[in-house]
Amino acid sequence: MSKQITVPFGPQHPVLPEPIHLDLVLEDERVVDAIPSIGYVHRGLEKLAEKREYPEYIYVAERICGICSYIHSNTYAQGIEQIMKIEVPERAQYLRTIWSEYSRLHSHLLWLGLFADGMGFENLFMNAWKLREHILDDMEATTGGRVIQGVCKVGGVRRDITPEKLDEMVKGLKGMEPAFRDLTNVFLHDASVSHRLRGVGILQKGDAYTLGAVGPTARGSGIGIDLRQTGYAAYGKINFRPVVEQSGDCYARCAVRAKELFTSVDIIEQCVKKIPEGPVEVKVTGAPDGEYFSRAEQPRGEVVHYIKGNGKRNLVRHRVRTPTFTNIPPLVTLLKGCELADVPVIVLSIDPCIGCAER
Amino acid sequence: MTYFEMTKTMLKSLFSRPATLMYPAKPAKKTALSRGHVTINPDGCITCRSCQRKCPTQAICVEVKEKTWQIDRLRCIVCACCVEVCPTKCLAMDTQYSAAMTAHHGLYIVPVAGPKKKEPAPADGAKVEKTEG
Repeated sequence: MSKQITVPFGPQHPVLPEPIHLDLVLEDERVVDAIPSIGYVHRGLEKLAEKREYPEYIYVAERICGICSYIHSNTYAQGIEQIMKIEVPERAQYLRTIWSEYSRLHSHLLWLGLFADGMGFENLFMNAWKLREHILDDMEATTGGRVIQGVCKVGGVRRDITPEKLDEMVKGLKGMEPAFRDLTNVFLHDASVSHRLRGVGILQKGDAYTLGAVGPTARGSGIGIDLRQTGYAAYGKINFRPVVEQSGDCYARCAVRAKELFTSVDIIEQCVKKIPEGPVEVKVTGAPDGEYFSRAEQPRGEVVHYIKGNGKRNLVRHRVRTPTFTNIPPLVTLLKGCELADVPVIVLSIDPCIGCAER
Repeated sequence: MTYFEMTKTMLKSLFSRPATLMYPAKPAKKTALSRGHVTINPDGCITCRSCQRKCPTQAICVEVKEKTWQIDRLRCIVCACCVEVCPTKCLAMDTQYSAAMTAHHGLYIVPVAGPKKKEPAPADGAKVEKTEG
Protein backbone atom coordinates (compact mmCIF):
# COMPACT_ATOMS: atom_id res chain seq x y z
CA MET A 1 0.00 0.00 0.00
CA SER A 2 1.32 3.39 -0.94
CA LYS A 3 1.45 6.28 1.46
CA GLN A 4 -1.82 8.15 2.05
CA ILE A 5 -1.95 11.91 2.18
CA THR A 6 -4.87 14.22 2.93
CA VAL A 7 -5.49 17.21 0.72
CA PRO A 8 -7.91 19.87 1.94
CA PHE A 9 -10.24 21.03 -0.84
CA GLY A 10 -12.30 24.16 -0.22
CA PRO A 11 -14.06 26.09 1.26
CA GLN A 12 -12.12 28.61 -0.81
CA HIS A 13 -10.90 27.08 -4.04
CA PRO A 14 -10.42 28.57 -7.52
CA VAL A 15 -12.76 26.13 -9.27
CA LEU A 16 -15.27 25.73 -6.49
CA PRO A 17 -17.96 28.40 -6.36
CA GLU A 18 -19.41 27.16 -3.09
CA PRO A 19 -18.00 27.02 0.45
CA ILE A 20 -17.91 23.28 1.02
CA HIS A 21 -14.88 21.69 2.58
CA LEU A 22 -13.68 18.24 1.53
CA ASP A 23 -10.81 16.34 3.05
CA LEU A 24 -9.55 14.21 0.19
CA VAL A 25 -7.55 11.16 1.22
CA LEU A 26 -5.21 10.40 -1.66
CA GLU A 27 -3.11 7.45 -2.65
CA ASP A 28 -0.84 8.85 -5.33
CA GLU A 29 -3.30 10.71 -7.56
CA ARG A 30 -6.31 8.58 -6.68
CA VAL A 31 -8.92 9.66 -4.14
CA VAL A 32 -9.64 6.81 -1.72
CA ASP A 33 -11.90 8.71 0.64
CA ALA A 34 -13.58 12.08 0.91
CA ILE A 35 -14.80 13.58 4.17
CA PRO A 36 -17.15 16.52 3.62
CA SER A 37 -17.77 19.19 6.22
CA ILE A 38 -20.20 22.04 5.95
CA GLY A 39 -21.05 24.89 8.30
CA TYR A 40 -19.25 27.87 6.79
CA VAL A 41 -22.29 29.91 5.81
CA HIS A 42 -24.89 28.87 8.37
CA ARG A 43 -27.30 31.76 9.04
CA GLY A 44 -29.92 30.25 11.32
CA LEU A 45 -32.86 31.05 9.07
CA GLU A 46 -34.96 28.19 10.44
CA LYS A 47 -34.78 29.62 13.94
CA LEU A 48 -35.87 32.99 12.58
CA ALA A 49 -39.27 31.48 11.78
CA GLU A 50 -40.10 31.69 15.48
CA LYS A 51 -39.39 35.44 15.54
CA ARG A 52 -41.19 36.60 12.39
CA GLU A 53 -44.86 36.46 11.54
CA TYR A 54 -45.68 33.82 8.95
CA PRO A 55 -46.70 36.17 6.07
CA GLU A 56 -43.44 38.13 6.37
CA TYR A 57 -41.32 35.03 6.85
CA ILE A 58 -41.84 34.19 3.18
CA TYR A 59 -39.27 36.85 2.31
CA VAL A 60 -36.80 35.13 4.59
CA ALA A 61 -37.74 31.69 3.18
CA GLU A 62 -37.05 33.01 -0.30
CA ARG A 63 -33.57 34.08 0.73
CA ILE A 64 -32.56 30.57 1.84
CA CYS A 65 -30.99 30.25 -1.57
CA GLY A 66 -29.90 32.85 -4.09
CA ILE A 67 -30.53 30.70 -7.14
CA CYS A 68 -33.61 28.59 -6.50
CA SER A 69 -35.08 31.43 -4.46
CA TYR A 70 -38.47 31.56 -6.11
CA ILE A 71 -39.20 27.87 -5.60
CA HIS A 72 -38.39 28.12 -1.88
CA SER A 73 -41.04 30.80 -1.43
CA ASN A 74 -43.47 28.79 -3.56
CA THR A 75 -42.96 25.67 -1.44
CA TYR A 76 -43.32 27.61 1.80
CA ALA A 77 -46.52 29.30 0.59
CA GLN A 78 -47.92 25.94 -0.51
CA GLY A 79 -47.29 24.48 2.92
CA ILE A 80 -49.04 27.33 4.75
CA GLU A 81 -51.93 27.20 2.27
CA GLN A 82 -52.35 23.47 2.85
CA ILE A 83 -52.45 23.94 6.63
CA MET A 84 -54.89 26.84 6.46
CA LYS A 85 -56.91 25.21 3.64
CA ILE A 86 -56.67 28.23 1.36
CA GLU A 87 -57.80 27.80 -2.24
CA VAL A 88 -55.32 29.64 -4.43
CA PRO A 89 -56.85 31.15 -7.61
CA GLU A 90 -56.05 29.22 -10.75
CA ARG A 91 -54.35 32.13 -12.46
CA ALA A 92 -51.95 32.41 -9.52
CA GLN A 93 -51.17 28.69 -9.84
CA TYR A 94 -50.25 29.14 -13.49
CA LEU A 95 -48.17 32.22 -12.77
CA ARG A 96 -46.32 30.28 -10.07
CA THR A 97 -45.60 27.54 -12.60
CA ILE A 98 -44.29 30.07 -15.13
CA TRP A 99 -41.97 31.70 -12.61
CA SER A 100 -40.81 28.30 -11.33
CA GLU A 101 -39.80 27.31 -14.83
CA TYR A 102 -38.12 30.66 -15.39
CA SER A 103 -36.03 30.10 -12.30
CA ARG A 104 -35.21 26.59 -13.50
CA LEU A 105 -34.03 28.03 -16.82
CA HIS A 106 -31.83 30.61 -15.13
CA SER A 107 -30.45 28.10 -12.64
CA HIS A 108 -29.60 25.53 -15.31
CA LEU A 109 -27.94 28.15 -17.52
CA LEU A 110 -25.94 29.34 -14.51
CA TRP A 111 -24.92 25.78 -13.75
CA LEU A 112 -23.98 25.01 -17.37
CA GLY A 113 -21.77 28.10 -17.29
CA LEU A 114 -20.13 27.17 -13.99
CA PHE A 115 -19.63 23.63 -15.19
CA ALA A 116 -17.93 24.85 -18.37
CA ASP A 117 -15.75 27.07 -16.17
CA GLY A 118 -14.97 24.06 -13.94
CA MET A 119 -13.67 22.05 -16.87
CA GLY A 120 -11.73 25.03 -18.19
CA PHE A 121 -13.96 26.10 -21.09
CA GLU A 122 -14.10 29.81 -20.31
CA ASN A 123 -15.77 30.86 -23.55
CA LEU A 124 -18.69 28.51 -23.10
CA PHE A 125 -19.16 29.87 -19.58
CA MET A 126 -19.55 33.40 -20.98
CA ASN A 127 -21.98 32.22 -23.65
CA ALA A 128 -24.19 30.42 -21.14
CA TRP A 129 -24.35 33.46 -18.87
CA LYS A 130 -25.10 35.75 -21.80
CA LEU A 131 -28.25 33.72 -22.45
CA ARG A 132 -29.09 33.68 -18.76
CA GLU A 133 -29.14 37.48 -18.75
CA HIS A 134 -32.17 37.52 -21.08
CA ILE A 135 -34.04 35.21 -18.70
CA LEU A 136 -33.16 37.48 -15.77
CA ASP A 137 -34.36 40.54 -17.70
CA ASP A 138 -37.75 38.91 -18.21
CA MET A 139 -37.92 38.01 -14.53
CA GLU A 140 -37.10 41.56 -13.49
CA ALA A 141 -39.69 42.99 -15.84
CA THR A 142 -42.43 40.75 -14.43
CA THR A 143 -41.51 40.49 -10.75
CA GLY A 144 -39.17 43.36 -9.91
CA GLY A 145 -36.18 41.25 -8.92
CA ARG A 146 -33.47 39.56 -10.93
CA VAL A 147 -32.80 36.52 -8.76
CA ILE A 148 -34.84 37.27 -5.64
CA GLN A 149 -38.28 37.66 -7.14
CA GLY A 150 -40.24 38.22 -3.95
CA VAL A 151 -43.43 37.69 -5.89
CA CYS A 152 -45.00 34.75 -4.12
CA LYS A 153 -47.15 35.27 -1.06
CA VAL A 154 -49.40 33.16 1.09
CA GLY A 155 -52.70 33.05 -0.79
CA GLY A 156 -51.46 33.79 -4.28
CA VAL A 157 -48.93 36.01 -6.00
CA ARG A 158 -48.18 39.72 -5.60
CA ARG A 159 -48.03 40.64 -9.27
CA ASP A 160 -49.97 39.77 -12.36
CA ILE A 161 -48.55 39.53 -15.88
CA THR A 162 -50.49 41.15 -18.70
CA PRO A 163 -51.44 38.91 -21.67
CA GLU A 164 -49.24 41.01 -23.97
CA LYS A 165 -46.24 40.51 -21.74
CA LEU A 166 -46.93 36.75 -21.56
CA ASP A 167 -46.97 36.54 -25.36
CA GLU A 168 -43.80 38.60 -25.54
CA MET A 169 -42.10 36.28 -23.04
CA VAL A 170 -43.01 33.19 -25.06
CA LYS A 171 -41.87 34.87 -28.25
CA GLY A 172 -38.59 35.77 -26.59
CA LEU A 173 -38.05 32.19 -25.38
CA LYS A 174 -38.90 30.77 -28.79
CA GLY A 175 -36.39 33.19 -30.30
CA MET A 176 -33.77 32.00 -27.83
CA GLU A 177 -34.31 28.31 -28.57
CA PRO A 178 -31.77 28.21 -31.46
CA ALA A 179 -29.24 29.81 -29.10
CA PHE A 180 -30.05 27.17 -26.45
CA ARG A 181 -29.61 24.52 -29.15
CA ASP A 182 -26.18 25.91 -30.11
CA LEU A 183 -25.11 26.05 -26.48
CA THR A 184 -26.30 22.58 -25.53
CA ASN A 185 -24.82 21.09 -28.74
CA VAL A 186 -21.39 22.03 -27.46
CA PHE A 187 -22.08 20.33 -24.11
CA LEU A 188 -23.56 17.24 -25.72
CA HIS A 189 -21.51 16.74 -28.89
CA ASP A 190 -18.20 18.58 -28.57
CA ALA A 191 -15.34 16.07 -28.59
CA SER A 192 -13.24 17.71 -25.88
CA VAL A 193 -16.21 18.23 -23.55
CA SER A 194 -17.30 14.61 -24.01
CA HIS A 195 -13.76 13.45 -23.37
CA ARG A 196 -13.73 15.37 -20.09
CA LEU A 197 -17.14 14.16 -18.91
CA ARG A 198 -17.82 10.66 -20.22
CA GLY A 199 -17.13 7.85 -17.78
CA VAL A 200 -16.14 10.29 -15.00
CA GLY A 201 -17.87 9.91 -11.64
CA ILE A 202 -20.31 7.11 -12.36
CA LEU A 203 -23.22 6.80 -9.92
CA GLN A 204 -24.95 3.44 -10.27
CA LYS A 205 -28.72 3.38 -10.28
CA GLY A 206 -28.87 1.32 -7.07
CA ASP A 207 -26.44 3.64 -5.29
CA ALA A 208 -28.36 6.70 -6.39
CA TYR A 209 -31.52 5.18 -4.95
CA THR A 210 -30.15 3.99 -1.63
CA LEU A 211 -28.11 7.15 -1.00
CA GLY A 212 -31.13 9.32 -1.64
CA ALA A 213 -29.98 11.24 -4.70
CA VAL A 214 -32.55 13.72 -5.99
CA GLY A 215 -33.09 15.84 -9.06
CA PRO A 216 -30.74 15.70 -12.04
CA THR A 217 -28.26 13.62 -10.02
CA ALA A 218 -30.89 10.85 -9.72
CA ARG A 219 -32.29 11.35 -13.21
CA GLY A 220 -28.79 11.10 -14.68
CA SER A 221 -28.55 7.63 -13.14
CA GLY A 222 -31.79 6.40 -14.65
CA ILE A 223 -34.20 7.13 -11.78
CA GLY A 224 -37.17 9.05 -13.14
CA ILE A 225 -38.06 11.03 -10.01
CA ASP A 226 -39.48 14.42 -10.78
CA LEU A 227 -41.65 16.11 -8.15
CA ARG A 228 -43.36 18.14 -10.86
CA GLN A 229 -45.20 14.96 -11.79
CA THR A 230 -47.06 15.11 -8.48
CA GLY A 231 -48.91 18.05 -10.01
CA TYR A 232 -48.37 20.86 -7.50
CA ALA A 233 -49.13 24.42 -8.70
CA ALA A 234 -50.40 23.99 -12.28
CA TYR A 235 -48.08 21.13 -13.25
CA GLY A 236 -50.98 18.68 -13.10
CA LYS A 237 -52.51 20.31 -16.16
CA ILE A 238 -49.32 20.39 -18.19
CA ASN A 239 -47.97 17.62 -20.41
CA PHE A 240 -44.30 16.94 -19.98
CA ARG A 241 -41.93 14.04 -19.51
CA PRO A 242 -39.00 14.19 -17.10
CA VAL A 243 -35.62 13.92 -18.79
CA VAL A 244 -33.88 10.70 -17.76
CA GLU A 245 -30.40 9.56 -18.77
CA GLN A 246 -29.05 6.09 -18.11
CA SER A 247 -25.25 6.24 -17.94
CA GLY A 248 -24.92 7.94 -14.50
CA ASP A 249 -21.68 9.79 -15.28
CA CYS A 250 -20.97 13.53 -15.35
CA TYR A 251 -22.00 13.63 -18.99
CA ALA A 252 -25.44 12.21 -18.14
CA ARG A 253 -26.01 14.75 -15.36
CA CYS A 254 -24.96 17.52 -17.73
CA ALA A 255 -27.24 16.15 -20.48
CA VAL A 256 -30.23 16.04 -18.13
CA ARG A 257 -29.85 19.73 -17.33
CA ALA A 258 -29.16 20.70 -20.93
CA LYS A 259 -32.31 18.91 -22.12
CA GLU A 260 -34.41 20.28 -19.27
CA LEU A 261 -33.95 23.76 -20.73
CA PHE A 262 -36.21 22.74 -23.60
CA THR A 263 -38.72 21.06 -21.28
CA SER A 264 -38.96 24.31 -19.30
CA VAL A 265 -39.53 26.39 -22.43
CA ASP A 266 -42.24 23.93 -23.46
CA ILE A 267 -43.93 24.09 -20.04
CA ILE A 268 -43.96 27.91 -20.09
CA GLU A 269 -45.48 27.85 -23.57
CA GLN A 270 -48.23 25.45 -22.47
CA CYS A 271 -48.94 27.56 -19.37
CA VAL A 272 -49.34 30.73 -21.41
CA LYS A 273 -51.78 28.91 -23.72
CA LYS A 274 -53.87 27.58 -20.84
CA ILE A 275 -53.72 30.42 -18.30
CA PRO A 276 -57.24 31.50 -17.27
CA GLU A 277 -58.37 35.00 -16.41
CA GLY A 278 -59.19 35.85 -12.84
CA PRO A 279 -57.83 37.13 -9.55
CA VAL A 280 -54.26 36.34 -8.52
CA GLU A 281 -54.63 36.33 -4.76
CA VAL A 282 -57.10 35.69 -1.98
CA LYS A 283 -57.23 37.48 1.35
CA VAL A 284 -55.65 35.48 4.14
CA THR A 285 -56.82 35.82 7.72
CA GLY A 286 -55.98 33.79 10.79
CA ALA A 287 -52.89 31.76 11.43
CA PRO A 288 -51.75 28.23 10.59
CA ASP A 289 -52.62 25.55 13.12
CA GLY A 290 -51.17 22.19 12.16
CA GLU A 291 -48.22 20.74 10.31
CA TYR A 292 -47.41 19.89 6.74
CA PHE A 293 -44.58 18.57 4.58
CA SER A 294 -44.54 20.70 1.46
CA ARG A 295 -42.50 19.38 -1.46
CA ALA A 296 -41.47 20.85 -4.79
CA GLU A 297 -38.96 20.25 -7.55
CA GLN A 298 -36.10 22.69 -7.56
CA PRO A 299 -33.51 22.91 -10.34
CA ARG A 300 -31.30 20.79 -8.04
CA GLY A 301 -33.93 18.29 -6.97
CA GLU A 302 -36.61 17.79 -4.41
CA VAL A 303 -36.95 20.35 -1.62
CA VAL A 304 -39.00 19.64 1.50
CA HIS A 305 -40.35 22.36 3.78
CA TYR A 306 -41.71 21.10 7.07
CA ILE A 307 -44.01 23.71 8.59
CA LYS A 308 -45.64 23.55 11.98
CA GLY A 309 -47.88 26.19 13.47
CA ASN A 310 -49.93 26.37 16.68
CA GLY A 311 -52.57 28.92 15.73
CA LYS A 312 -50.36 31.92 16.48
CA ARG A 313 -48.83 34.36 14.00
CA ASN A 314 -45.36 32.88 14.45
CA LEU A 315 -44.51 29.36 13.32
CA VAL A 316 -43.37 26.81 15.87
CA ARG A 317 -41.03 25.02 13.51
CA HIS A 318 -39.82 25.46 9.98
CA ARG A 319 -37.42 22.86 8.69
CA VAL A 320 -36.02 22.73 5.20
CA ARG A 321 -34.36 19.77 3.55
CA THR A 322 -32.63 21.11 0.49
CA PRO A 323 -31.59 19.03 -2.52
CA THR A 324 -27.88 19.76 -2.13
CA PHE A 325 -27.91 18.44 1.42
CA THR A 326 -29.27 15.10 0.33
CA ASN A 327 -26.93 14.98 -2.68
CA ILE A 328 -23.82 15.09 -0.49
CA PRO A 329 -23.77 11.32 0.36
CA PRO A 330 -23.91 10.42 -3.36
CA LEU A 331 -21.11 12.96 -3.93
CA VAL A 332 -18.88 11.19 -1.41
CA THR A 333 -19.52 7.87 -3.18
CA LEU A 334 -18.74 9.49 -6.53
CA LEU A 335 -15.43 10.85 -5.30
CA LYS A 336 -14.12 7.50 -4.02
CA GLY A 337 -11.82 6.08 -6.67
CA CYS A 338 -11.61 9.11 -8.94
CA GLU A 339 -8.52 11.04 -10.00
CA LEU A 340 -7.65 14.23 -8.13
CA ALA A 341 -7.94 16.23 -11.37
CA ASP A 342 -11.54 15.05 -11.82
CA VAL A 343 -12.65 16.22 -8.35
CA PRO A 344 -13.79 19.74 -9.42
CA VAL A 345 -15.85 18.37 -12.29
CA ILE A 346 -17.49 15.72 -10.11
CA VAL A 347 -18.26 18.15 -7.27
CA LEU A 348 -19.77 20.61 -9.72
CA SER A 349 -21.78 17.91 -11.47
CA ILE A 350 -24.18 17.55 -8.52
CA ASP A 351 -24.75 21.32 -8.67
CA PRO A 352 -23.72 22.09 -5.09
CA CYS A 353 -25.50 25.00 -3.47
CA ILE A 354 -24.09 25.17 0.01
CA GLY A 355 -25.86 28.37 1.02
CA CYS A 356 -29.04 26.38 0.50
CA ALA A 357 -27.77 23.28 2.29
CA GLU A 358 -26.84 25.17 5.45
CA ARG A 359 -29.63 27.71 5.65
CA MET B 1 -18.44 20.32 -38.17
CA THR B 2 -17.37 21.57 -34.75
CA TYR B 3 -14.97 24.03 -36.34
CA PHE B 4 -17.77 25.65 -38.28
CA GLU B 5 -19.87 25.86 -35.12
CA MET B 6 -17.05 27.67 -33.42
CA THR B 7 -16.48 30.01 -36.35
CA LYS B 8 -20.15 30.93 -36.35
CA THR B 9 -20.07 31.87 -32.66
CA MET B 10 -16.80 33.72 -33.12
CA LEU B 11 -18.05 35.82 -36.03
CA LYS B 12 -21.28 36.59 -34.23
CA SER B 13 -19.38 37.79 -31.17
CA LEU B 14 -16.93 39.82 -33.28
CA PHE B 15 -19.62 41.81 -35.02
CA SER B 16 -22.01 42.37 -32.15
CA ARG B 17 -21.88 44.82 -29.30
CA PRO B 18 -20.67 43.66 -25.88
CA ALA B 19 -23.35 41.84 -23.89
CA THR B 20 -22.16 43.53 -20.71
CA LEU B 21 -22.96 47.00 -19.43
CA MET B 22 -20.41 49.41 -17.94
CA TYR B 23 -22.22 49.64 -14.61
CA PRO B 24 -22.01 51.96 -12.58
CA ALA B 25 -20.72 54.36 -15.28
CA LYS B 26 -23.92 53.61 -17.17
CA PRO B 27 -27.09 53.13 -15.13
CA ALA B 28 -28.26 49.52 -14.81
CA LYS B 29 -31.18 48.30 -16.93
CA LYS B 30 -34.30 48.91 -14.94
CA THR B 31 -37.96 48.20 -15.43
CA ALA B 32 -40.98 49.89 -13.90
CA LEU B 33 -41.31 47.08 -11.34
CA SER B 34 -37.63 46.91 -10.34
CA ARG B 35 -36.99 47.05 -6.63
CA GLY B 36 -34.03 49.38 -6.03
CA HIS B 37 -34.40 51.09 -2.67
CA VAL B 38 -37.18 52.38 -0.44
CA THR B 39 -37.90 56.10 -0.48
CA ILE B 40 -40.23 58.11 1.74
CA ASN B 41 -42.35 61.19 1.21
CA PRO B 42 -41.92 62.79 4.67
CA ASP B 43 -45.11 64.86 4.43
CA GLY B 44 -47.32 61.80 4.12
CA CYS B 45 -45.97 59.78 7.05
CA ILE B 46 -48.30 59.58 10.05
CA THR B 47 -45.83 57.53 12.19
CA CYS B 48 -48.23 54.60 12.42
CA ARG B 49 -45.30 52.13 12.57
CA SER B 50 -46.95 49.59 10.23
CA CYS B 51 -43.74 49.41 8.16
CA GLN B 52 -41.64 48.83 11.26
CA ARG B 53 -43.88 45.98 12.44
CA LYS B 54 -44.02 44.24 9.06
CA CYS B 55 -40.35 44.58 8.11
CA PRO B 56 -38.90 41.04 8.09
CA THR B 57 -35.36 42.26 8.82
CA GLN B 58 -36.26 45.03 11.29
CA ALA B 59 -34.47 47.57 9.15
CA ILE B 60 -37.03 50.31 9.72
CA CYS B 61 -37.47 52.20 12.96
CA VAL B 62 -40.11 54.89 13.48
CA GLU B 63 -39.70 57.25 16.43
CA VAL B 64 -43.14 58.53 17.24
CA LYS B 65 -42.07 61.15 19.80
CA GLU B 66 -39.20 62.55 17.75
CA LYS B 67 -41.18 62.22 14.51
CA THR B 68 -38.47 60.50 12.54
CA TRP B 69 -38.46 57.57 10.15
CA GLN B 70 -35.18 55.72 9.83
CA ILE B 71 -33.92 52.86 7.73
CA ASP B 72 -30.75 50.82 7.83
CA ARG B 73 -29.95 50.38 4.14
CA LEU B 74 -27.61 47.46 4.86
CA ARG B 75 -30.28 45.54 6.74
CA CYS B 76 -33.01 46.24 4.21
CA ILE B 77 -33.62 43.33 1.84
CA VAL B 78 -35.78 45.40 -0.52
CA CYS B 79 -38.79 43.10 -0.32
CA ALA B 80 -41.25 46.00 -0.69
CA CYS B 81 -43.32 44.69 2.22
CA CYS B 82 -43.37 48.15 3.86
CA VAL B 83 -44.47 49.80 0.62
CA GLU B 84 -47.46 47.46 0.48
CA VAL B 85 -48.61 47.97 4.07
CA CYS B 86 -48.16 51.75 4.23
CA PRO B 87 -51.68 53.16 4.82
CA THR B 88 -50.91 56.63 3.42
CA LYS B 89 -48.81 55.33 0.51
CA CYS B 90 -45.97 57.65 1.46
CA LEU B 91 -43.39 54.87 1.00
CA ALA B 92 -42.32 54.08 -2.55
CA MET B 93 -39.83 51.84 -4.30
CA ASP B 94 -37.19 53.57 -6.38
CA THR B 95 -35.98 51.54 -9.35
CA GLN B 96 -32.28 52.32 -8.91
CA TYR B 97 -30.17 50.52 -6.32
CA SER B 98 -28.78 52.50 -3.42
CA ALA B 99 -25.12 53.27 -4.01
CA ALA B 100 -22.41 50.87 -2.89
CA MET B 101 -20.49 51.77 0.27
CA THR B 102 -17.29 50.70 1.92
CA ALA B 103 -18.30 51.35 5.51
CA HIS B 104 -21.49 51.37 7.51
CA HIS B 105 -22.53 55.01 7.52
CA GLY B 106 -25.24 54.56 10.12
CA LEU B 107 -28.91 55.01 9.62
CA TYR B 108 -30.73 57.06 7.05
CA ILE B 109 -32.96 59.29 9.18
CA VAL B 110 -35.80 61.42 7.81
CA PRO B 111 -37.85 63.85 9.90
CA VAL B 112 -41.50 63.28 9.06
CA ALA B 113 -44.79 65.11 9.46
CA GLY B 114 -46.27 62.84 12.10
CA PRO B 115 -49.92 62.12 12.80
CA LYS B 116 -52.40 64.56 11.37
CA LYS B 117 -54.28 66.54 14.00
CA LYS B 118 -58.00 66.61 13.48
CA GLU B 119 -58.83 70.08 12.29
CA PRO B 120 -61.66 71.60 14.30
CA ALA B 121 -64.76 71.64 12.15
CA PRO B 122 -65.71 75.17 11.15
CA ALA B 123 -68.74 76.35 13.07
CA ASP B 124 -70.54 77.65 9.98
CA GLY B 125 -70.07 74.37 8.13
CA ALA B 126 -71.76 72.45 10.92
CA LYS B 127 -74.64 74.86 10.87
CA VAL B 128 -75.07 74.62 7.11
CA GLU B 129 -75.14 70.86 7.35
CA LYS B 130 -77.82 71.00 9.97
CA THR B 131 -80.07 73.26 7.96
CA GLU B 132 -79.64 71.04 4.91
CA GLY B 133 -80.51 67.93 6.90
